Amino acid sequence: MEETTLNNTIHIKLTEKFGEKVTAISEPYGLLTFVAYKDVIVNVLSHLKEELKFNFLTDITAVHYPGKDHGIAVVYHLHNMVEKVRVRIKVFISEQNPTIPTATTVWKGANWMERETYDLFGVKFEGHPDLRRILNMDDLGVHPMLKQYPLEDPNRVDKKDEFFGR
Amino acid sequence: MNHNHPVFTDNDPQSELVTLNLGPTHPATHGVFQNVLQLDGERIVSGVSTIGYIHRAFEKIAEHRPFYQITPLTDRLNYCSSPINNMGWHMTVEKLLNIQMPKRVDYLRVIIMELSRIADHIICNTIIGQDTGATTTFLYLFQFREHIYEIFEEVCGARLTTNIGRIGGFERDFNEIAFTKINKFLKEFPIALKEFENLLTRNRIFIDRTAGVAEVTKETALEYSWTGPLLRATGVDYDVRVSDPYSSYQDFDFEIPVGTSGDIYDRYLVRNEEMWQSLRIIEQAIVKLKTEPKGIFHADVPEFYLPPKQEVYNNMEALIYHFKIVMGEIDAPKAEVYHAVEGGNGELGFYLINDGGRTPYRLHFRRPSFINYQMFAPMSEGMLLSDAIINMSSMNIIAGELDA
Repeated sequence: MEETTLNNTIHIKLTEKFGEKVTAISEPYGLLTFVAYKDVIVNVLSHLKEELKFNFLTDITAVHYPGKDHGIAVVYHLHNMVEKVRVRIKVFISEQNPTIPTATTVWKGANWMERETYDLFGVKFEGHPDLRRILNMDDLGVHPMLKQYPLEDPNRVDKKDEFFGR
Repeated sequence: MNHNHPVFTDNDPQSELVTLNLGPTHPATHGVFQNVLQLDGERIVSGVSTIGYIHRAFEKIAEHRPFYQITPLTDRLNYCSSPINNMGWHMTVEKLLNIQMPKRVDYLRVIIMELSRIADHIICNTIIGQDTGATTTFLYLFQFREHIYEIFEEVCGARLTTNIGRIGGFERDFNEIAFTKINKFLKEFPIALKEFENLLTRNRIFIDRTAGVAEVTKETALEYSWTGPLLRATGVDYDVRVSDPYSSYQDFDFEIPVGTSGDIYDRYLVRNEEMWQSLRIIEQAIVKLKTEPKGIFHADVPEFYLPPKQEVYNNMEALIYHFKIVMGEIDAPKAEVYHAVEGGNGELGFYLINDGGRTPYRLHFRRPSFINYQMFAPMSEGMLLSDAIINMSSMNIIAGELDA
């Protein structure tokens, strides 16, 4: 119950500040989730950090939804350790030109999280001090977590999805 | 092009700097870590970390596996405390499916998770001792890690990569031998841990090597998203077990030790105290188990919990559920869920997006080692090389979790 009131307050404060730029607010499993526009994301993050006391950046990652207009979602998880509440922010960006401003200006710890996201999804974080691959080798050439890259050799005949009810 | 072998811009022929490749297979780093260090004498001027040597693309593999086949992947994240990873994953799925767990299962899980936390901290603290020159402590306490593994072996049959438990509980009940071994451990380990502390905690040489080395303020630690014992050593009392209780941790009475300066000595003290607190939790769990109905080791969720084999062959419902689980014909809600547990090194998070299919649409591991390690190179600047080595040991970076 308490969590819902907290979430409501955060919701109200965010819409007051950013209006239309912050939309689609939902609460799956009690975790306040909203979608922000790319041009305000750094403002949203620093507003959450400075004003609403979300002092801790838990995680940055991305999700690929192929075929959509804005096919890549960059997902931020923030944590307010004092009031024990978490929040999730999603930014949908285009697959052809996956750029987004960096969050390293808000948290230094965003550095490697963004490098990992760049490595796996090809999201280019503008203004990142050191944006290069981190887990994979430099000359890999692809961003392997994108859905168009299959896990295994597609020519194998013994692992067809239809045999497994997939 | 090749960023992994950075060329330093300072090409002054008068410069006395030496480039040292620390790793990827240096015996002092206890794992596959490469750091290209610029040294001025014994002092580190700058460093570049290269990671990814054992990257196995777990997030990609997980997108092609049904939920119950992802458990063995989580084993291989932090392989020093794999049961925590296993159960963290199970609890994520249970949260997604809204499964109510019986208290007895929660307590059994707590026992196993705290045992693996002790095993994890034993490794870290004894290795700090080892790297400062105290081999005795390493050999002395390490046998208790073996005793913990014997308990795991009794419960699930495996030792290191445990694959312990199932979605919805355990695959079998703890037997009498397991409880005997746990009780034996509870009796013997405090004596050894006390002796370990006597050897190190007030040891002049140990204090000289660790106190005041690699100090981190709590502001910096939070800025770099540190969690776990490293963050607590700086003085922030953040522990997922308390701030976001899972698996009935709210039923237990325990304390969260915090340090003050965040140096290596504080990290050592915090980990030691956490072992004592873990012992307290296990003792309470053993007592609580006595009041719970015997023989319950999984939740009543036949749609997700694999039935025992003899029932599959003799009972129609069990056969149907077995078929549906294995062939992936059971619907899970289309939803996204984030669940965090307190791993050996900090907040281990699972971000799961399910689209109703047989496999996760996306699964992301928030790996504490990965996030903690990014500060290693910046904080090594100005440090002595030998201090950087113990700094790395005290951060307890596990290569499997670092590279996923």
